[in-house]
Amino acid sequence: MVAADDFEIAGRRFGSRLIMGSGGYPNQQVMLDALEASGTEVVTVSIRRVSLEGYSESMVDLIGSRYTLLPNTAGCESVRDAVLTAELAREALETDWVKLELIGDRETLMPDGIQLVEAAEQLVKSGFQVLPYCTDDPILCQRLVDVGSSAVMPLGSPIGSGMGICNPFNLEMIVRRSTVPVVCDAGIGTASDAAQALEIGCDAVMLNTAVSRSNDPVSMAAAMRRAVEAGRLAHRAGRIPRRRYAEPSSPQLGLIGS
Amino acid sequence: MTRQIRVNGDPVPVAATTIAALLAEQGIDRTAKGVAVAVNGGVVRRAEWDETPVRDGDDIEIVRPFRGG
Repeated sequence: MVAADDFEIAGRRFGSRLIMGSGGYPNQQVMLDALEASGTEVVTVSIRRVSLEGYSESMVDLIGSRYTLLPNTAGCESVRDAVLTAELAREALETDWVKLELIGDRETLMPDGIQLVEAAEQLVKSGFQVLPYCTDDPILCQRLVDVGSSAVMPLGSPIGSGMGICNPFNLEMIVRRSTVPVVCDAGIGTASDAAQALEIGCDAVMLNTAVSRSNDPVSMAAAMRRAVEAGRLAHRAGRIPRRRYAEPSSPQLGLIGS
Repeated sequence: MTRQIRVNGDPVPVAATTIAALLAEQGIDRTAKGVAVAVNGGVVRRAEWDETPVRDGDDIEIVRPFRGG
């Protein structure tokens, strides 16, 4: 049995390797119960304009004392908007951590790699710990690290698609080369996808829709917790090499009738 | 005297002369956790809300954390 191992980003240690989103739950209580069941310590939030008509309960009051809140720049399509959103998030949440999202368009929600590097560089210079959500491109991940990102968050597949990890070979390459933690983000559909991310060697996995939109978010959150633990254990234990032909696991000698 | 500014993208006539007064005028509790303000693309820190003026034509963003992934 291997010892429990913590996970570290930018000098902060976490026991759980599961980062959870807070969007799309059927209601607030289900979200709270699912977050609890997931064992997560870090929960992402978006930064949005206050509605001048209605004033809903603050995420800070709701979960801010229990979890580390990681603001994202979800939906931003320009460097300017993403940087301003990050700066507003720093003021709103008193954190210099940001999950940097800069999408190329609203149909694919795919990260815009070119703008992403520019925004990451600006934010790093302004003192942020930048965790960019990016495509599963080892070179882009390298560029993001070159400009000072604290982690990289390559996608498994498009946001909310539930397609799992479409290119495990790319993710493996990113993990093998990366000098910062790799958090597989987006596309997780079910528990085995999360386990696979950790088996490949990702340091953590970030997911939202797979839990919040499942039929039973609390049970799925519990499944994700176990999947992440199982994937990590399997990674540390080391999988056997794949081979094309059978290899008996019982002794060949002493068979009756031989 | 009222001035015309933009708050969260919408044109709004305001009497407030400071950010703090603007928040009060818009019914936003300034002590609520998580509220952040930007004027013309630059963040105005909470400690500066009392002194920061609201000028005619200002483009003001008032945000807070919401659910999201």
